[in-house]
Order: sequence, then structure tokens, then C-alpha cells
Amino acid sequence: MTKEQNRIMAKPKVATTSLAGCFGCHMSILDIDERILQLIELIEFDKSPINDIKEFTGECLVGIVEGGCANEENVRVLQDFRKHCKILISLGDCAINGGLPAMRNTIPLKECLDEAYLNGPSVYNPSGQIPNDPEIPLLLDKVYPCHEVVKMDYHLPGCPPSADTIWQTLVALLTDAPLELPYELIKYD
Amino acid sequence: MSENLETVVKTVCEGTGNDKNRMMDIVRELQEILGGVSDDAMDLIATQVGTHRVEVESVVSFYAFLSKNQKGKTVIRLCDDIIDRMFGFERIKQTFCDALGIELGETTPDNLITLETTPCIGMCDQAPAIMVNDEIFTELSRDGAVEIVEQLRAGLAPERLRRRLGDGNNSSPLVSAGVSNNLRKRGEVIFAPLECGRALKKAIAMSPNEVIRDVKTARLRGRGGAGFPTGMKWDFTRSANGERKYVVCNADEGEPGTFKDRVVLTERPELLIEGMAIAGYAIGAQEGLIYLRAEYAYLRPFLEDTLQKARNMNMLGVDVLGKPGFNFDIRIQMGAGAYVCGEETALISSCEGLRGDPKNRPPFPAQKGYLGYPTSVNNVETFCCVARILDQGAGWFSQIGSKGSTGTKLLSISGDIRRPGVYEVPFGISMKEVLELAGGEGAAAVQVGGPSGQLIGPDMFDRIICYDDLATGGALMVFGPHRDLLKVVEYFMDFFIEESCGYCTPCRVGNVLLKNRLDEILHGKGEPLDLTYLEELGNSVKATSRCGLGQTSPNPILSSLKNFPGLYHALVKANQPFQPTFDIQKALGEAKEIAGRPSMHFAE
Ligand SMILES: Cc1cc2nc3c(=O)[nH]c(=O)nc-3n(C[C@H](O)[C@H](O)[C@H](O)COP(=O)(O)O)c2cc1C
Ligand code: SF4
Ligand code: SF4
Ligand code: FES
Repeated sequence: MTKEQNRIMAKPKVATTSLAGCFGCHMSILDIDERILQLIELIEFDKSPINDIKEFTGECLVGIVEGGCANEENVRVLQDFRKHCKILISLGDCAINGGLPAMRNTIPLKECLDEAYLNGPSVYNPSGQIPNDPEIPLLLDKVYPCHEVVKMDYHLPGCPPSADTIWQTLVALLTDAPLELPYELIKYD
Repeated sequence: MSENLETVVKTVCEGTGNDKNRMMDIVRELQEILGGVSDDAMDLIATQVGTHRVEVESVVSFYAFLSKNQKGKTVIRLCDDIIDRMFGFERIKQTFCDALGIELGETTPDNLITLETTPCIGMCDQAPAIMVNDEIFTELSRDGAVEIVEQLRAGLAPERLRRRLGDGNNSSPLVSAGVSNNLRKRGEVIFAPLECGRALKKAIAMSPNEVIRDVKTARLRGRGGAGFPTGMKWDFTRSANGERKYVVCNADEGEPGTFKDRVVLTERPELLIEGMAIAGYAIGAQEGLIYLRAEYAYLRPFLEDTLQKARNMNMLGVDVLGKPGFNFDIRIQMGAGAYVCGEETALISSCEGLRGDPKNRPPFPAQKGYLGYPTSVNNVETFCCVARILDQGAGWFSQIGSKGSTGTKLLSISGDIRRPGVYEVPFGISMKEVLELAGGEGAAAVQVGGPSGQLIGPDMFDRIICYDDLATGGALMVFGPHRDLLKVVEYFMDFFIEESCGYCTPCRVGNVLLKNRLDEILHGKGEPLDLTYLEELGNSVKATSRCGLGQTSPNPILSSLKNFPGLYHALVKANQPFQPTFDIQKALGEAKEIAGRPSMHFAE
């Protein structure tokens, strides 16, 4: 989308979601602090935990995804994002690599559930049941990074990526300017 | 540890003067005697030649023809390359498996026969081809395969197996191979009649610098693939500092689809020897090595004999042809089944008794080569050209061929053509003319220069064979319209994955990633961006690999993408609900079973 179109049309929309993530990446979005006021000048938030809009209200320019896919609901939401967003960004290491939740990937699912609900040293579960309400989304056999499930357009690494990185990226995308990420923003030690 | 083993190892090591640089000879011989080089044997070798055990093991584990585990008394190696697959590999394989009652990679329970596959053994013009120990059998039929097994079972040694002898020197007693030359076209340079010693005599009448000047004037470029100007290479080697210098002949001929050096070694070994002696004179070397691929071991007795005859004629030895102070002799160094050893620095590693890892450059072999001494490595055909240049004159040579590419080129042509074989043609000939010569007018594609070269289609058959257009070490594999070209690409990638020495990550890992993505596309799980991925990753592998293997290994994919994009576009699908490799039902399978309920979101 060109600058010209940007100006003429209504403010572009941005949606965000946290799949199998810790919300740390969303905290980092909020860490842009007072710049959020500038951001609101540029965009309007659609579906996002930030404003608690649950369903998409229309087409979005950018979708920001935190966390990978651990269960079927994550997959559904991610597909929904792909459907509604022109540009999808994997935000943070969980979205990009699976992250911490993916540590279960080498352990069979049944063993994971047994350890969590039956055998773990701190488990108190006299009924010996593993939760199985139809409302609970089924887990996937392993945790998938987003780009293995749908096509992702950009990856912003970091755990979480810093507020400045997120800010720079969004501003670049929204103003159609080249992205400048100085070394300090992309070094991770 | 048996005393017998100790004696055997000791004898074999002493045969090389306990020289650890001759490790290839030591382990090859032990492999032959013992059927394998066991842990105990490796310990003994290390002690005997005064090196570390790991040095021995790194050699034994590197080469395909060496093994720690004991193999059968006879090893049958089926050439499993693309051309053989086109001409009956599967049939032959099944026949052997059935007749022997074993699968590929296994040994019969009586330890008599091991069945394996190996990449191109340089017999593509007479596929399907196999090796039985060092013996070669070509155009093998199912009956032929059964007959081989029967005879081996009856106790016949591989060299006594019945075979129809090939033409030319193939039927001489020292070769007695069932190999045909299929020499379809003799040119003026390599396969013209030969008068032994004349070229060398003319060379030693000049000064070494004059010899090099002649090679330069002839504008000779290397025939091994890279096309480096030979005179310049010799100049560098001559002027490099070193108390000794070496001439090495690259007779590894491992590029699948190439077999022209085989025919040169069979019919013109004298010309090669003369060329090497001239090189020795020009650069100031006293020793030459011929690095002969293990697959051509059947030629070794014949080549040793030819060397001996050259010594008898004083073309090798002391004061060669009466030139005081010019001493030169040649030793044959056998390889042991590793494509990368055709790369000149890996070849040098192998000659030094190491695993066939390429070396860092610089220093180039011309500065620091074999054992650290200045070394010129040249292809078989290159040496032969040199001999003719010295005999007939640089002017004569440079008039043949085209301006930038003088002389003739030997082409190895195989595949879907009526007359497969070796053709000596002047540079500057078009692909179309070549195909007409070989009877391949209906070709749908030609792989030029082997897997590391490029795949071209009929719209490019007007292109010219020369260094500036279609450069090639000489391999042309021709595919008819009924062939699945992407299967060819897939096979070539497998080949590079198998043959990578593993030293650098781009080649070791990159080729696997390329192949995996290609497989997904071939299985209908590709999307258009995958093609960009292949191209970008392929170019990265090329740009960041350490030696020529990795620098060319993505070519099958890159050149088919470029010249046959339609094949790929027909397979990839855009706008799919998921990444094509993601299978939601499979991902949910376990959980559905554990929970005993279906998915809320994704009905089957
Ligand atoms: C992987 C690989 C395999 C090669 N195999 C051969 C070979 O079998 N024979 C050969 O002459 N050159 C081969 N080459 C080229 C050699 O490195 C070297 O360039 C050549 O032997 C030089 O001889 P020339 O200048 O006479 O061509 C190979 C190169 C690479 C990278
Ligand atoms: S990347 Fe780090 S901060 Fe972001 S969701 Fe994963 S664990 Fe949390
Ligand atoms: S490019 Fe491949 S073959 Fe060459 S050094 Fe690297 S890993 Fe070895
Ligand atoms: S000999 Fe089998 S493909 Fe070359």
C-alpha cells in the first residue's frame, strides 16, 4: 500500500494475538509507552487483547502473532489471522521457533499429560482424571512455529523483542519507509 | 588380537616403508586381504607407522571402498546412478537380491558375497554396469547377473568370471575387461595415431621455459572442468619455492556421466605418460603421481606395465631420453571411492594418506601442494594435449577449435541416444551437432558437465561447447521426452549429499535442506514461495561453500529452475489454507485418541 493510499483511506487496522506465548511479547508492545498515543494516530486496533475485541471486524493491514501453535484453537486463530491480515508478523521466539512450550516436543503427548495431571511431584488430583471438557481445545502432537502452519511474512526475533524494535517495525510498515534496526536492537546477549 | 593379524599388518605397512603418507595403500591392501580394517587392525597400523589411531580411522571411515566391518570375500557393487536407473538398475538389483537371498548392503551368511551400490563407475555408455571386486561387467542382463552369482558360488575368483572381452586394449591380457571403448569419433589431438617419445624428445631439446611458452601459445586450458590455463599453472609451479616439485595426474573421473578418461587410459596411456614427463621437465619435478579412481583398478596392471615399458624406453627414469640431469618417474596412487577426491586439494589430501578433505586456498597447490611442495594437478586429457602440442606445435593446436577454446574436447555422451560413447570433437561445435552425431535428435534435455553442470532444453541446443558458453568437463547425459527431469534433479542432490565431505556447514546442511524442500514440492506439498526459497538457499550454498563441490552442488536445482520453470510451477499450489507441509489431522491424531473425542474446529 502506498503512502498516498494510506492517507486517503481510513486508518489501517492492526490486530494482535497471543497463541502459545506468555504474553511477554504483548507486554513489550505496551512498553512503547507514550508512543502508543502516536500509534493510535497512525492505526486503529482490531481484534487484540489490548482492547479486548474478540472477533475481526474487517480486513487488517498488519497481524501480530505472539506464540506458536500448541492446540487446535491456536491453529484456528492463526488461520483467521492469515485470512484477515495482509501482512502477518511472527513476534518473538515462541512464534518463530515454538519457544519454551516446544520443550515438550521430544516427549509423547500422553506422557506430558500424565506428568502434568497425574504423576508430577506437586500434583494433587484425587479423582485421577485428566481434564477433558469438550470446551478444552485438543492439543497438537507438538508445538509448531507459526510459519509451519500458515505463511508468515516477517519474523521479529527476541524474547521478547524490545519495544523499540516493535515500534520501528510498525512505523516502517505503516509509513512505507525502509526498516532501520540498529545493532543494539538485534543483538541478543 | 591374533598374531596372524599382527604379521599381516606389519608386512603390509613395511611394504610402504612404514610411511604414513601411504596410508591409502596400506588400508586398501588390508581391506583386500582381510575384507575390512577392524579396530584391532587400525590400532596396529597406527603403532606400526607411528601415527594416531584416529588418523587411521578417519581414512577408513571416509572412503566408500573401505570399511571397519568385514565384508564378503567378493563385493558386488551395482552402479546406481541416473543412467543406470534409466537402463535397468532396478531389474538387476532385484535379480541379485533374489539370487543371493540378501538385500542391498548385506552380506550372504557364508560371508562369500556382499551386495552394495555405488555412484557412477564411469560406464554410463554401457549401463547397467557393476563391479565384482575390481572387475567390471557392463550391459548386464538378468541372465548375466544370475550367471555371475552361480560362478562365484562355484568358487570362481572374480577375475576368472566369464565375460565377453571388449574392443581395443580391453581385450589385452593385462586388462581383459568386458568393457567397450565405444570410441565413436577420433579427433586430431588425443586419438590420432601416435609415435611414442617424439613429443618428449622435442620438449627436452628446448628449455623448460620454452616448453611452458609453447603451452601458453597454444592457449591450452585444463580439461578437468575448471578450464584453468595450463601454461599459467605450470609457470606458477615452476617459479614457486620448493626443494621438490610434483606433477599429479587427476584420473579420478568421478563426475557422474564422465568416462572419457577411461578410454584415454585404455588406448592412449603412452600419450599421458609422455605429457606428464613433459610437465615434469617444464616445472622441474622428478616425481609424478597418477591418482587413479578405485573404480578403474581393473586398468592398473595394464598401466603399471605401460609405465614399465616407458622406463625400458628411458622415457621415465634417470637422464630421461639421454637428457643429463632430467630424472622423472611416475607412481600410481589408487583412490578408494570418493567423488570429492577429484577436487585437486582433496586429491592431494588423499595422496598424502589423509581423508579426502579439500584444503583451504590459498595457498594453491602450485605454491604448496603434495606434502607441502609445489604441485601441478592436471586432468588426464590435459596432459595428452600437452604432448601433442609439443609434438605438432602450438600453432597447429591453436588452429583447432575456437578462439577462446583451442583444441579438441573429449565428450562422454550417454543416455537416450543411439550411439553412446566417447567423441573427440573440436571446441566450437554446437549441442545440436553433437546430438546429431550421437543420434539423440529427439532429446528433451541434456545435462552438460555432470550433476555439477547444468540442465539445458531444446531451446538452448544452438549453444556452443567451449569455455565461454557451454563449459564442460565432457559429460553429456541426454534425456528423452519420456524422462522425468525432476527425478534426475532429485537423484543428483542425493549424490551431492552423499559425497559432501562434511567439512563446511553450507554444503553439509544446505544440500539436505534443498533436497528436503524439493521432495516436498515433488510430493505436491509445495507453494510458490518454495521456489524462491530454493533459489535463495541454493545461491547461499554456492557462495559460502569451501570447495568446488559445494560451490556447484545446488546447480541441478538452480539450472532446472531456470531452464525448466514450468516443471516446478505445475507442482506448486498457491493460496492454500495451511502450509502444504502441515497436516492438521495428523497433528491432532494423538490428542483425539487420548481424549476420545473429535476436534471442535477441524472436522475430518
Ligand atoms: C568435486 C570436484 C570433483 C572433481 N573431479 C575431477 C575429476 O574427476 N577429474 C579432473 O580432472 N578434475 C576434477 N575436478 C577439477 C579439479 O579440481 C582440477 O581443477 C583439475 O583436476 C585441474 O586439472 P586441469 O587444469 O587439467 O583441468 C573436480 C573438481 C571438483 C570441485
Ligand atoms: S517469545 Fe518470550 S516473551 Fe514472547 S511469548 Fe515467547 S516466552 Fe513470552
Ligand atoms: S563444500 Fe562440501 S565437499 Fe567442499 S569442503 Fe565444504 S563440505 Fe567438503
Ligand atoms: S556408470 Fe552408471 S551412470 Fe555412469
